[in-house]
Amino acid sequence: MAIDTRKCVGCSDCVVACQTENNVPVGFCRDWVVEVVDGTYPNVSIELRSERCNHCDNSPCVRCCPTGASHFEDGGIVLVEHNKCIGCGACIEACPYDARYSHPDGYVDKCTFCIHRVREGKNPACVSVCPTRCMHFGDLDDPNSEIVNILKNRKFKSLAPEAGTKPQIFYLV
Amino acid sequence: MKEELFVSGRNIPNIDPYLNIWHWQIPIYLFLGGLAAGILFFAGVFTILGKEQKMSSTVKKAPMIVPFVLIFGLFMLFLDLKHKLYFWQLYTTIRLESPMGWGAWVLMIMTPISIIWAASYVRELFPKWDWKFKFLYTFEAWVIRNRKIIAWPMAIYAVILGIYTGILLSAFNARPLWNTAILGPLFLVSGMSTGAATIIMMSKDHKERKIMGRIDILLIIIELFFIIHLFMGFLAGPEVQIDAANLFLGGKFTAPFFAFVVMLGLIFPAVLEILELNGFKVPIYIPAILVLIGGLVFRFLMVEAGQITRYLY
Repeated sequence: MAIDTRKCVGCSDCVVACQTENNVPVGFCRDWVVEVVDGTYPNVSIELRSERCNHCDNSPCVRCCPTGASHFEDGGIVLVEHNKCIGCGACIEACPYDARYSHPDGYVDKCTFCIHRVREGKNPACVSVCPTRCMHFGDLDDPNSEIVNILKNRKFKSLAPEAGTKPQIFYLV
Repeated sequence: MKEELFVSGRNIPNIDPYLNIWHWQIPIYLFLGGLAAGILFFAGVFTILGKEQKMSSTVKKAPMIVPFVLIFGLFMLFLDLKHKLYFWQLYTTIRLESPMGWGAWVLMIMTPISIIWAASYVRELFPKWDWKFKFLYTFEAWVIRNRKIIAWPMAIYAVILGIYTGILLSAFNARPLWNTAILGPLFLVSGMSTGAATIIMMSKDHKERKIMGRIDILLIIIELFFIIHLFMGFLAGPEVQIDAANLFLGGKFTAPFFAFVVMLGLIFPAVLEILELNGFKVPIYIPAILVLIGGLVFRFLMVEAGQITRYLY
């Protein structure tokens, strides 16, 4: 996924869309918007980022899961199998992005990239509702996909790459 | 100036404003695991050395409490699980990459060994005990014959268990305070020290206490060196680890850490034990209890402080 920080206006539509689409319990969220302000008035710059699970290539959460509930689905999406999860919290401790939470029903929950929509050929809910179209979702292994083209032509960064997790969400700057 | 805030108002329980997903159960679990590892290690080693009679409390009496300690520790771990009815999934998978996974398996092996070991000494310590069934007597006789052989895996697994209590934390790259290899040996030494302290408290034999006291002093000195190494490593590390070290070197954990862990938990009991070895009359349970409290507080502080430290981006 690529997210254009220069187009994002921080409306939080992606957050609401996710909560509705995935029945996220009240008080929890699988994605969130961060505003980073640099400088002092009048020389200020703002970066808005819609953040969520980075579906890392080298996921510490998958590595430390004692039961294999956290796993890579075909295509690289990181998922939690609810009835294998014992709720030990190891994956929550392991995530440098704090992208996971303990669902009130006991298991650990997080962004799934709306895999149920992706399987039908649709975009994740957050991407499809974005009013500024700042989010792009696609297959990084397909050299002709839109996302590969975007990443070829734009400058981008990922979050805390020094954590060694190889995050798969790229922020266009 | 740099300011960061959640526009979408994120406030997830136990995640924001900082992580608090592991509560009081985990430090107790780590403490009991280390204590059990310490006792079983000494019991195994002194059996291998053939000192069962000289070190009778170490080999016979102290291991009596270990099965209860381990089972209570596992119960603590169980209490911390949020999806409790699925706990058996731990034992349907073997995942060597996951410290939580192989730790659960080590405990699965360690608990029965400790039960067998304690059971084989029950009749020696409680002569009126009756096993009721004949096959239990046959099994007891077999265990007694093979004690020297069982002592080897017991001592080795005890070391693995002690290291595991530290590795469980150090495997988390995302928490800079935990992410250091020295946590394994540090928790092992600390666990052995608490094990030695428990043995000292349970022993009535002056000679045995003296030997365990000497061992405990040595362990405390090693532990102090490891703690210095821990902070030296952090201060020479990346920014997130310098911040982590500063929680203990001036930050909010400084007072409890230096008061309860370093002074009352390590230096003071070591001094008392040295005085006692040199003939001063010191009630032996004072340094022993201080070591136990120090070990427990140390684990509480490490678990809580570790969850506060994180990567910044």
